[in-house]
Amino acid sequence: MIQMKNVYKKYPNGIVALNGLNVEIEQGEFVYIVGPSGAGKSTFIKMMYREERPSSGQMFVDDIDIATLKTRKVPMLRRQIGVVFQDFKLLTKLNVYENVAFALEVIEEKPADIKRRVMEVLDLVGLKHKAKMFPTELSGGEQQRVSIARSIVNMPKVMIADEPTGNLDPETAWDIMNLFERINKAGTTIIMATHNQQIVNTLRHRVIAIEGGLIVRDVVGGDYGYEA
Amino acid sequence: MKPRTLMRHIKESFKSIGRNSWMTFASVSAVTVTLLLVGVFVLIMMNLNKVADDLENDVEIKVFVSLEATEETVTNLESQISEIPGVESTNFSTKEEELTDLVLDFGDELSLFEQSNPLFDVFYVKATDPQQTKNVAEEITALENIENVKYGEGKIEKLFNFLNAGRNVGLILILALLFTAMFLISNTIRITIVARRREIEIMKLVGATNWFVRIPFILEGMWLGILGSLIPIGLVALLYKEITDFAQPRLSGELIQLLEFTPFVYQVSALILLMGVFIGVWGSFMSIRKFLRV
Repeated sequence: MIQMKNVYKKYPNGIVALNGLNVEIEQGEFVYIVGPSGAGKSTFIKMMYREERPSSGQMFVDDIDIATLKTRKVPMLRRQIGVVFQDFKLLTKLNVYENVAFALEVIEEKPADIKRRVMEVLDLVGLKHKAKMFPTELSGGEQQRVSIARSIVNMPKVMIADEPTGNLDPETAWDIMNLFERINKAGTTIIMATHNQQIVNTLRHRVIAIEGGLIVRDVVGGDYGYEA
Repeated sequence: MKPRTLMRHIKESFKSIGRNSWMTFASVSAVTVTLLLVGVFVLIMMNLNKVADDLENDVEIKVFVSLEATEETVTNLESQISEIPGVESTNFSTKEEELTDLVLDFGDELSLFEQSNPLFDVFYVKATDPQQTKNVAEEITALENIENVKYGEGKIEKLFNFLNAGRNVGLILILALLFTAMFLISNTIRITIVARRREIEIMKLVGATNWFVRIPFILEGMWLGILGSLIPIGLVALLYKEITDFAQPRLSGELIQLLEFTPFVYQVSALILLMGVFIGVWGSFMSIRKFLRV
């Protein structure tokens, strides 16, 4: 699903974020990316959906070559990937239904299909009854569920989550994780950057630790490994 | 693009105009003011140009045929003159006809010259391009059997210089105004875009193409341009109606004429509308470029 070979990333300001990274992630895996702030986690995540591109090295996402991908083709890549953010990135002017439908409208799906798919995923995340409400009327956990619904509505093969529980209280965070588990069970690869020790140590999955732009640990079913 | 998507873009662009009503008002006002200036300026410039053309077209070369010329040489001369490149028309007038004109203009006292007419047979020659009058006159002077060639030398050069300078200054001013208008629009649209940065970012992240993001903004810019051109079109038409109503009767029979209300007013309206659309579209296009790099 995802292959990285000697991926190196140097930003224009001279900071080396990734220093020759090698990793392979299979279809259907659930992977935690852990590590201290500034270790290169965000760069690693951003490269998956080509917000950043490698300075050197090889990288493939679903057989798409990220390093040489033309800007014109980036939308095609992103349609294969669902992204969830710490700050949800919902449009406050649109209601729940419209926020989710937005992801399908921009890729020009048929209106009938849009309606069906949106209702399906809203049902999955348990927000069908709040479809007409606006993001500001929802709790943090509900907002994150909307953003998850949006990220999976076009049935991506990979879901990328950058600190999805970072802004949520522990109880709500568990709700979100349960949702991720279900999505993963349905066959979607999940790559999740997190600082949440409790989650990583309880819901055991593959843990990749990044420090100084390198993978320092890669254990299936490993623990968080840092002091909380 | 699917028709459904186009409909969505159009709806989006209208929604955005409503949502950002204050910014809409600001940009439309900016377009209105500049297009009004441009419109009035075009009115003035086009009419000055018309006046200049009228003056230029009135310029003709008067060729005095030498007294020794026989009827045959006059016919020869006529064809020689007509063959000079740049000659539009020649008009022959005998010395008798000349005297009749003179008597008509200055009164019967002159009719005593009928006994011994001191005038010459004359060719009136017009150049295709009035600005080439001098060159044509020089070529005619070189022909045989010609007494004298007159075309208001000195005076018409000054007139032409003055008219040409006026045209250039006008063109530069119009371009400067247009440039200012574009700058204003592109700035105001940039502010609406900044306010919707997040929306653009999310669109890009869920896999929207650049054109998909761009089109609603470009349409919005176009609507702003069209809205901004309505008042100028109305005011310019009204103003020109007043001007022509006032000037037309006073100028009847004169050498200088203003441009007719129709079709000139339609042309100016179309021009203002086109400029509004162009300014809006160009302004949006320029403003959105850097926000697409997500």
